[in-house]
Amino acid sequence: MKVAILGMGSVGRGVLRMLGEKDLGIEVTAVADSGSALIDKKGISIPEILKAKEMKGSCGDRSLGAIDVVSAADYDVLVEVTPTNAITGEPALTHMLAAIDRGHHVVTSNKGPISREFSLLMSRASEKGVCVRYEATVGGAIPIMHTLDQGLAGNRILAIFGVLNGTCNFILTRMADEGLTYEQALLEAREMGYAEADPTYDVKGIDPAIKLVILANKFWKETVRLEDVDITGIDKLTNNALRLAEEQHCTIRLIAEAIPDRGILRVAPRLLPLSHPLVVEGTLNAITIETDMAGEITLIGKGAGSVETASAILGDLLYIRDIHEGSHPETA
Amino acid sequence: MKLEIKDAPGQLVAALKPISEVGGNIIAVIHQRDDKQRGKMLSVQIVLELPDHRLKDLTRLLREQGVNIQRIGHERLLYEKAVMMIGHLIHTDLGDTVDRIDRTGFAEVTELNISMPAITEVSSARLLIKSVNREDMEQAMDILRRVAKEKDFLLVEPLEEIE
Ligand SMILES: NC(=O)c1ccc[n+]([C@@H]2O[C@H](COP(=O)([O-])OP(=O)(O)OC[C@H]3O[C@@H](n4cnc5c(N)ncnc54)[C@H](OP(=O)(O)O)[C@@H]3O)[C@@H](O)[C@H]2O)c1
Repeated sequence: MKVAILGMGSVGRGVLRMLGEKDLGIEVTAVADSGSALIDKKGISIPEILKAKEMKGSCGDRSLGAIDVVSAADYDVLVEVTPTNAITGEPALTHMLAAIDRGHHVVTSNKGPISREFSLLMSRASEKGVCVRYEATVGGAIPIMHTLDQGLAGNRILAIFGVLNGTCNFILTRMADEGLTYEQALLEAREMGYAEADPTYDVKGIDPAIKLVILANKFWKETVRLEDVDITGIDKLTNNALRLAEEQHCTIRLIAEAIPDRGILRVAPRLLPLSHPLVVEGTLNAITIETDMAGEITLIGKGAGSVETASAILGDLLYIRDIHEGSHPETA
Repeated sequence: MKLEIKDAPGQLVAALKPISEVGGNIIAVIHQRDDKQRGKMLSVQIVLELPDHRLKDLTRLLREQGVNIQRIGHERLLYEKAVMMIGHLIHTDLGDTVDRIDRTGFAEVTELNISMPAITEVSSARLLIKSVNREDMEQAMDILRRVAKEKDFLLVEPLEEIE
């Protein structure tokens, strides 16, 4: 199976490294970063491309770009791992649609296009008989999409509750454990490289809300959008509140919640008993799914990281390889 | 709660035993034996206090004893929820905030813990609210959510799994 990779950041490099280390029968025929691209239908040497990126900062020919990869390279699956644009989903959305129109599958970690244009992407993909898979968009390494699609197939999803933002969870853990103020804990998260220079998306609850939209679209009747989510962040929490909670053997976590029967789509700090399965430490993520047949299932794992996210991407790639074995859609 | 039990010696005791097993407290037992249609069944009304979430266990235990439950009446302020409020609670008249719940008559604030670092800083408080049942609690929470919006403080609610 041949893949073309857009994005050589933390996730893209993790995917390349793992494809290089593991003998999975997956060949890389094109890569692109923000300013260059490399296309070779005979296959690209992974160690060489990683080295070139490290030394030169760019991966290939500066006269080429992502759109050339999408429209001219020889590949079965487009791996789209460029930065998230939560408002338009672009330019990733255009790249994905172009790949689908050429009859290629898409695997992505990019929340923008999946949360903004879920139904468009899915209907185009089904017209063309290709898959769009996005395991890496929610919960990092946690195989939540596989669990919902395959493992829990046939179940009715009654509710989903999740700790979907590692940065917020880290901040809350530090405030509770060390009595740090919100500002101190945020500063620490920045120093550890967990928080962006502009942490607004995380601490205001927007990032987990985008992930909730992606999750909810798997089992909600109508298409869900970010505007449908009732969002409260963690930036107004105090260490005193955490202390008062602790006195009652409780703590506070930022919980994303989707309950279809009650129409609830909400991200907000919530009180939970310390013994609750969603009370996870540090940057971990956790997701509880309540179903009619399987009852309650909780998954806990690393919500981010280069190799951790690569795990989710590889899971999607191998899924596509296995179901489409011997029936590769015609490549143009 | 209205129970129906066989009119035989020892039956009442058998019916009452599970209540203490789940940690319940019997407040009153009222029985009538005038129901002709029910033949040998005895109708008993029990007023009791139960720890949170034990009602299901109790009904199961009672059924195992062969006790027929006719009706489960309203529990009185046995439903409780702890919430957190963060903001300028004092400036925005905490007394009034509490009163808005108490005034409903179906829910009340039974505990209040507050931490105020300095007069200009925000304070944090933990409230314990009690109500008769889940529906009343939901209404009390709606009121509190409205007050939080109006007075611009953050309300942190407990996470409750659905049934
Ligand atoms: N990091 C994680 O743990 C994680 C986990 C789950 C999901 N995600 C999502 O995965 C995506 C990638 O994350 P990341 O951490 O790898 O980001 P990153 O380190 O910032 O890397 C982004 C990469 O995309 C490239 N790029 C930017 N614009 C491009 C364009 N128009 N065409 C082609 N390439 C372009 C960048 O090029 P240059 O190298 O030239 O700058 C860079 O190589 C994001 O959407 C993120 O939200 C990340």
